[in-house]
Amino acid sequence: MKYRNIREISMSLIPLAAFLLALLIGTIMIAFLGANPLIAFQALLKGAFGSMNAIADTVVKATPLLFVGLGICIAFRAGVLNIGGEGQLVAGALSATIVCLNFPNLPGWILIIIALTIGLLCGAIWAGIAGFLKAYFNVNEILSTIMLNYIAAYGMNYLLSGPIMDPLQIRLGSFIPQTARLPQAVDLPRLIPTRLHFGTIIAIVFAILVYVFLWRTTIGFRIRMIGQNIQASRASGINVQKYMVLAFILSGALVGLGGAIEVLGVHHRIFTDGSVSGFTGSAGFNGIVAALFGQLHPIGTIPASLLLGALLTGANKMQRVVQVPSALIGALNGLIVIFVVGSEYLRRRQTRRVERNELKK
Amino acid sequence: MEAIIIGIAKSAIRLATPYLYASIGETIGQLSGVLNLGVDGVMLMGAFSAFYTVLKTGNLILGLLAAIVVGAIFGLLIAFVNVTLKAEQGISGIGVYIFGLGLSSFLFRTMVGTVETVSGFPPLSVPLLSNIPIVGEIFFQQNILVYGAFALVPLTWFILNKTPLGLSIRAVGQHPEAADSLGVNIVHIRYLTVIFGGMLSGIAGASLSIALLNVFQQNLTNGMGFIAVALVYFGAWRPLSVLSGALLFSTVNAIQIWVQVKGINIPSDFTLMLPYIVTIAVLAAMAKRRIHPPAALNKPFERGE
Repeated sequence: MKYRNIREISMSLIPLAAFLLALLIGTIMIAFLGANPLIAFQALLKGAFGSMNAIADTVVKATPLLFVGLGICIAFRAGVLNIGGEGQLVAGALSATIVCLNFPNLPGWILIIIALTIGLLCGAIWAGIAGFLKAYFNVNEILSTIMLNYIAAYGMNYLLSGPIMDPLQIRLGSFIPQTARLPQAVDLPRLIPTRLHFGTIIAIVFAILVYVFLWRTTIGFRIRMIGQNIQASRASGINVQKYMVLAFILSGALVGLGGAIEVLGVHHRIFTDGSVSGFTGSAGFNGIVAALFGQLHPIGTIPASLLLGALLTGANKMQRVVQVPSALIGALNGLIVIFVVGSEYLRRRQTRRVERNELKK
Repeated sequence: MEAIIIGIAKSAIRLATPYLYASIGETIGQLSGVLNLGVDGVMLMGAFSAFYTVLKTGNLILGLLAAIVVGAIFGLLIAFVNVTLKAEQGISGIGVYIFGLGLSSFLFRTMVGTVETVSGFPPLSVPLLSNIPIVGEIFFQQNILVYGAFALVPLTWFILNKTPLGLSIRAVGQHPEAADSLGVNIVHIRYLTVIFGGMLSGIAGASLSIALLNVFQQNLTNGMGFIAVALVYFGAWRPLSVLSGALLFSTVNAIQIWVQVKGINIPSDFTLMLPYIVTIAVLAAMAKRRIHPPAALNKPFERGE
């Protein structure tokens, strides 16, 4: 039995190895630019953890990644690849903003609850479209979710270019594509006098809920089962289509909630720079990295999101200090994904070898 | 009216180029059983390397070669992860996409920094043919990459359907066990198709940055690579049908650009959305046609021992 424990530890070290390998390549790239990697990483660490504010910013950055990551955990565990985090974040953020702008006179906490609920629902619907198309029309969900990302982003850009643009921007003639600041009554409470907000607590609570749901409920068990073996699930009478759509809806709900919280907790408005990731800052993709890095486990996704949040926050500092563009982190995130999925095979092979040895005994 | 239609048709032919290179490359890879979803990332890297080379040397051929080499390197990476390491291809492709997107932005920010233009491949009139009224103007006054893309379609069809290599590729994708027992080296074939697909994705990117648009910016492709993957499904893994899909999309694009240039009062965000909506609609409509993908698509080959 002891042997097995060692094996499990060595398996959980794989993402760490992937991370270190990606970091090594990052170091080479920084050195290639003529910058000193030591100073660069020092700046990165300082930017991520150097002060109370830096730590708070890291946690704030990690929060949407955790929401997306949790959504990804549910979808990937069901064997459906939801790459639509970007679009679902936008759907959640946009709908929450519109609700808050239209009912400014409701009491703050009621409006917060309504806005978060609407954000959650809209994320669920946006993902549900892809789930429905996958389950009943056999449309490749990776492609449909990517397309839905673009549709959501352009829809948001359209709304921000006129219909919900800040009236002040129109009056001043500056036409910056953003909404008015939401009423202060809907600002999520701050935890300590930094940018840290209550949304982080909600995210952690949901991480635990997702864990309980996936591993302690029948529905969660079925969702994981269709991800493990779709034929066996069908044979045992599980309505595979239904659970596929459900996995998508739950996945999108979490991401949509994350989007709404991003508005109410951090930005207090929606804005765009015209590009498709202008508002989300690619959190919809980085959340996938967090989930894979956390081994598709809701609790594991918490430290994984924090790590990525730290990288992203620190990268801004690094960019200022040693002029290494923060896009480097984007490239490293891609490498982490490639390394983690690439190492799955080594892991499976190791498992097989150990099992074979145990059989021989 | 005639001039408008000729104009749109001409630009539709031109705009089909990046789709064609990318989706023909993806078709070949998928026929051998490898799903590569990182096309967009490879296109971005191809676009950047071609653009940068031309910016520094002014040599278009060198720029194209740079895109091909970078595409091949990415193809090698994708093949290694998907074929040798047997990774889940859907996720690894997203990794390649994020990597290519991040790396091309990173390199652009460090090595170029600002928006610059290059002079790309000039239009090349085909003697005699370009003088045919209307047809000549639409088809035979394009740049060389456009001709290359359209020549690629029958060439690929021929290789896939009329040569032993094509037979091996399809066998590896349909029934790897049978192909293996006949002595076809599955790993070799899959590396070959994926690296070739990477090269074509590189050219697809180059066709944007040094022929169609002559600029590079972050996320230049804007998801074109994903549409190219969708076109493979649309074309049911047949080069000629992929061509018709590419033309459908490029026509949608051409109309969208025309609407914008004309200043017709449709919000540009709606017209920009159009290709993505069409993609989803087309994929949904495809499901009714009951065409099956290569049987071994997205399934790593494990020899029974």
